[in-house]
Amino acid sequence: MNRPVRSGWSPAAALRLKWLVLRTAIEERLVYRGDFAFSTLVRFLPIVTQIFLWNAIYQNDPQRSLRGYKFGDMVSYYLLVMLARAFSSMPGLSTGIAGSIADGSVRKYLIQPVDMLDHLFWHRVAHKLVYYAVACGPFALVFWLCREWLPGWPAWPVMAAFIASLLMGFAIGFLIEAWIGLVAFWFLEVSSLIFIYMMLSYFLSGHMIPLEYLSSWLPFVEVLPFRFLAYTPAAILLGRIPASQLSGELLLQLGWIVFLLALNRLTFRLGVRRYSSWGG
Amino acid sequence: MLPAAVGRSAPDLSGIVPGAVASATSHFFHHDRSCLFAATFKASIRGMAAIEVRNLCRQYRVYRKREGLLASVRGLFHREYETVLAVQDVSFRIEEGEMVAFLGPNGAGKTTTLKLLSGLVVPSSGTATVLGYVPWLREDPYRRRFSLVTGQKEQLWWDLPAQESFALHREIYRISETDYRRRLDELTEMLEVRRLMARPVRELSLGERMRMELIAALLHRPDVLFLDEPTIGLDVVSQRRVQEFLRRYQREQQITVLLTSHYMKDVEALCSRAIVINQGRLIHDGPLAAIIDRFSRHKIIELQFAANQVPQQLERYGTLLESRGPRVRLQVERHRVSESLAAILAQSEVEDLSVLERPLEDVIAELFSTDSGHAGAGA
Repeated sequence: MNRPVRSGWSPAAALRLKWLVLRTAIEERLVYRGDFAFSTLVRFLPIVTQIFLWNAIYQNDPQRSLRGYKFGDMVSYYLLVMLARAFSSMPGLSTGIAGSIADGSVRKYLIQPVDMLDHLFWHRVAHKLVYYAVACGPFALVFWLCREWLPGWPAWPVMAAFIASLLMGFAIGFLIEAWIGLVAFWFLEVSSLIFIYMMLSYFLSGHMIPLEYLSSWLPFVEVLPFRFLAYTPAAILLGRIPASQLSGELLLQLGWIVFLLALNRLTFRLGVRRYSSWGG
Repeated sequence: MLPAAVGRSAPDLSGIVPGAVASATSHFFHHDRSCLFAATFKASIRGMAAIEVRNLCRQYRVYRKREGLLASVRGLFHREYETVLAVQDVSFRIEEGEMVAFLGPNGAGKTTTLKLLSGLVVPSSGTATVLGYVPWLREDPYRRRFSLVTGQKEQLWWDLPAQESFALHREIYRISETDYRRRLDELTEMLEVRRLMARPVRELSLGERMRMELIAALLHRPDVLFLDEPTIGLDVVSQRRVQEFLRRYQREQQITVLLTSHYMKDVEALCSRAIVINQGRLIHDGPLAAIIDRFSRHKIIELQFAANQVPQQLERYGTLLESRGPRVRLQVERHRVSESLAAILAQSEVEDLSVLERPLEDVIAELFSTDSGHAGAGA
């Protein structure tokens, strides 16, 4: 062939591509502004109902301590869990991947010289950025309204660990849900798997109740990755994880990211080998 | 990849190289692209093939569900599977710059073959190379050099104007800004879509969307283009526009194109060579016109009789397709054409006559609707 072979990989070109995927996905996200604004606001409703629920439980004695949580601790825990879930939840990711495998549109990632996982990751970052841009107002309002129960500003190492934990929670949430989506290479329908995951993560991430309630009779929650989706960032900021254990906790989180990334890569590789490219 | 000059300047001795030697060299060398010497040797003895397929097979295991609720419940415990042979022992070779039609009825294995060549699926056995690459390894250098266009939405972001997707393609395929602007200008001009660039893709008509898909597929100047039913569902005007564009683009860029289409008008307008596949097996590989010679069992005789001279019982010679006044069209078996003509001329006064081949569309339809395809298999 007489055409020159295009240049190979370069960090600058890779970064430009990531930036463009991010930018394009943000533009796409902003198209459906009505639906987006509504769904963002609706997500704040559970905060209100949870505060009412815990208020009812503690109403006789707000100073009573349940598993080390007074009423104020519980409210602040729940607010921080909501913040962590804003990072780690990935609505539509698994179903989107599974759907693209079922209807054949996944072939775009197989034909073009792109990394599907990387592409979807930046797509998801774009979704989150747009979400935070809209949600930061309501979040600030809720935190301000609940300020009497919140602890003061933590020391900077704790704050840094909290932010690192939030970001790694995003990566873990992304990788778990992406993996569930990739299972569709074997079982086209993964909705039941997603349902099981949602149930498990609701309990085992500490989203429903603090993990101190579960760990006595389900000790294995400590070793699963789910707690990094909600409990760990909240516990770090609330000082429930001693400063001496912070680095170990973050390293464990990083270890899960490495493992899940490898699992995703392997699953994708094997899945593509058995892929039949359905959908015409 | 071997520089084109080597392949092009080398004499094409494929006709005199024994098949066994060619096959052995093909199998060995194509799996080791780093071996420049081997590739040079291979190119020098055979010339440069853009696509080379040898004994390609792909089978699927498909769940076989019997009818009814009871069968569904039984299927929870015991499943029956059947093996579908989508592509069976298919071999062909396409040279650089060729535009070849890939024909066959639905389910014949055309799309599966294109998917194999695009690296979407892995074969059960056999080998294939495109531009010297094994497609299903999905190496980036290969993926930068081909495109697949199907009738489905493939590459464009649905909710955004096509120009956003094109800009993303520029980065994905690392096209320089100058080349990108120039090619985009050319393609939007040729396909007459410049005014639609800022409109969200979901608001485009099917024909407009297909033209945008073509631009997305061609922006990086692929060396090989796989077109799977590119005009399916388009109206006549859009079909013709896409068809004319493809003809012009291929002629100017000299890219290698493998085209599947059920529209014989597309095929006749664009390709001089056709590969025909039926039930996974290759049944014809050669000039398009040869399909008619080889598979058409009939010819058409058009007759114009002198006034009131139309003979009775013309049906005994063949199928009477049309009879309007003194003008008659008869479909006659090929081996009976001379004998029928002699008989008709002996009994009536004929003012004008012509013997025509049947339209390619009819021949293909007949070929696919009968088992004759099987008869020709392996030919």
